[in-house]
Amino acid sequence: MTATTLTSTQGAGRAGDKIFSGAALAAGCLILAVLFGVALFLVVQAIPALTAPSAEIQGGEGFFAYIWPIVIGTLIAAVIALVIATPIAIGVALFISHFAPRRLAAGLGYVVDLLAAIPSVIYGAWGAAFLAKEISPAYNWLAANMGWLPIFQGPASATGKTILTAGIVLSVMVLPIITSLSREIFLQTPKLHEEAALALGATRWEMIKMSVLPFARPGIISAVMLGLGRALGETMAVALVLSSGALTASLIQSGNQTIAAEIALNFPEASGLKVSTLVAAGLVLFIITLAVNMVARWIISRHKEFSGAN
Amino acid sequence: MTSTLTPVRSKRSALTKGQLPKYAPYAVLAAALVVGAAILALVGFNAFGWGLVSALLFAIGLVSWSAAVEGSRKAKDKLATCLVVGSFLIALLPLISVIWTVLVNGIPGLIAPGFLSTSMNGVTGVYDNRAAEEGAPVIGGIYHALLGTIQITLLATVISVPVGLLTAIYLVEYGNDGRIARAITFFVDVMTGIPSIVAGLFAAAFFFAVVGPGTKTGAVAAVALSVLMIPVVVRSSEEMLKIVPNELREAAYALGVRKWRTIIKVVIPTAISGIASGVTLAIARVIGETAPILVTAGFATSINSNVFSGWMASLPTFIYTQILNPTSPANPDPSSQRAWGAALVLIILVMLLNLGARLIARVFAPKTGR
Repeated sequence: MTATTLTSTQGAGRAGDKIFSGAALAAGCLILAVLFGVALFLVVQAIPALTAPSAEIQGGEGFFAYIWPIVIGTLIAAVIALVIATPIAIGVALFISHFAPRRLAAGLGYVVDLLAAIPSVIYGAWGAAFLAKEISPAYNWLAANMGWLPIFQGPASATGKTILTAGIVLSVMVLPIITSLSREIFLQTPKLHEEAALALGATRWEMIKMSVLPFARPGIISAVMLGLGRALGETMAVALVLSSGALTASLIQSGNQTIAAEIALNFPEASGLKVSTLVAAGLVLFIITLAVNMVARWIISRHKEFSGAN
Repeated sequence: MTSTLTPVRSKRSALTKGQLPKYAPYAVLAAALVVGAAILALVGFNAFGWGLVSALLFAIGLVSWSAAVEGSRKAKDKLATCLVVGSFLIALLPLISVIWTVLVNGIPGLIAPGFLSTSMNGVTGVYDNRAAEEGAPVIGGIYHALLGTIQITLLATVISVPVGLLTAIYLVEYGNDGRIARAITFFVDVMTGIPSIVAGLFAAAFFFAVVGPGTKTGAVAAVALSVLMIPVVVRSSEEMLKIVPNELREAAYALGVRKWRTIIKVVIPTAISGIASGVTLAIARVIGETAPILVTAGFATSINSNVFSGWMASLPTFIYTQILNPTSPANPDPSSQRAWGAALVLIILVMLLNLGARLIARVFAPKTGR
């Protein structure tokens, strides 16, 4: 930013400079230390669970038999959320960036951001008290008419507190993330590409298909991955909505569990080896979300260099 | 220009031939609403079904009319427009539904006497059974949870803001995009992606190892929230410091002002509105976090004003426990009334913070005029 010679002359205030830059550096390093500490303390607390005899772990068959059903459950919930949220989020982002009247667009963007501002526990409460009740007739219909598919196998849960409901609530929570990131990318599309397409007589949809979407594809992928990171780690929506149980293929029966909800439901009363088991589960969740987020960030940073040419 | 065109009144001009008339969408919408109402009247009327059926009829009607008159390309365009607008309307549904549910269920809880000024200390299932069966007033409130939320969030802010702001200053003013600065930027990005429950587990594991097993206090929760809050503060402050014009810094240096005094007296005051609004948004984000508080501060029913000892309640965990473990398992209604009242208070707090952030950004923005 500035030449260091400016700050290296003698005189009053030199100590102030040193202290201030030292404090700034220390704060930065503290963040690195905290992240390192997160990993370290999780590993230290998790080791007893990984080394304990398998009979002492919950379920009696060792840590991996305990963890894999809830890893699968976490993935199922996150995939449901993304399957629902991605098309809607891209539609909303397109609406705000290319379809809505220019004057309304900023306000509509704020409305979508409001979705992100609502605390997760309120979504959980809404899902448990309102959505589950309203949606259970639809599950009965699915069980009756689509029951030949393993994922819609009946009998449907009478309360509607199933992994599909949890996935729908999660999709509402990841929608604003995917929307706001995609919107940013859509707005970055080179204006000349869009105008060239329109000048050749393309309709608005053809213009979007030919110029906006190809340009935005890497951005959309990374937005979806960041949404996935959020969906994997989200706790309350699942803990409150899902009546958990063993791993089942059917999405409309009660059953399945996610890592985050498992921790939230059991940690407050846990002690001893149970704490270690839950911390180890948290470590697994940390590693999964870390990998997903790093891939997403990598795609974004690659895209940044590439789009700088435009 | 206009004199060369022959006005066509009776017939449609060649330029607009093969296009739907301007009134087409409105006509199709009206027809769809009427037909939708008729169909719903046969199977039992409800507003949601009416909207859904009418929207489908509208899309089908407009697209097929367009396909008949304008050809397949225009029809595809119309279909895409319908889908995009439809997805926006679908996205609005949960927002409206959530806010409506919280308002309808929360207002009775909020206006119950003593809701904001009493705690749950001594409120047992016996009182709830009496309230549900004999119509006695629902007692118990959220004073302890409100106090806990404010204390925990305040402590988290006190930890996060200096650390986050100094880190942002390092990145913008001292980092020079060196190796440390790049590492910090990368790991701040990683930190934004930490699941909130893992942040809670970290704080719990840290204090279990340092202070002793089973340490659960408000301070542990504040540390957990700081892990979530610091990256948000760093990112927003960094953005704000970056847009401070370099001329201001150079003018200060030219007057012989030290770098640290330049930062404190020139750079930060210029960016303060953006930084303050970023911090407010970060507070709004962590004030609703449930999972990290659940695993670090436990849940209390009585007032605890000491963040360094004892379990502590907070609004989100209050909502969570009242729904999941009602005070009286036989009659969960009083508990859920309290939970929705607390949810309404929480949503009001979050919305006020969001609004406050916008106001701060607008009111304290640096004056650009001369």
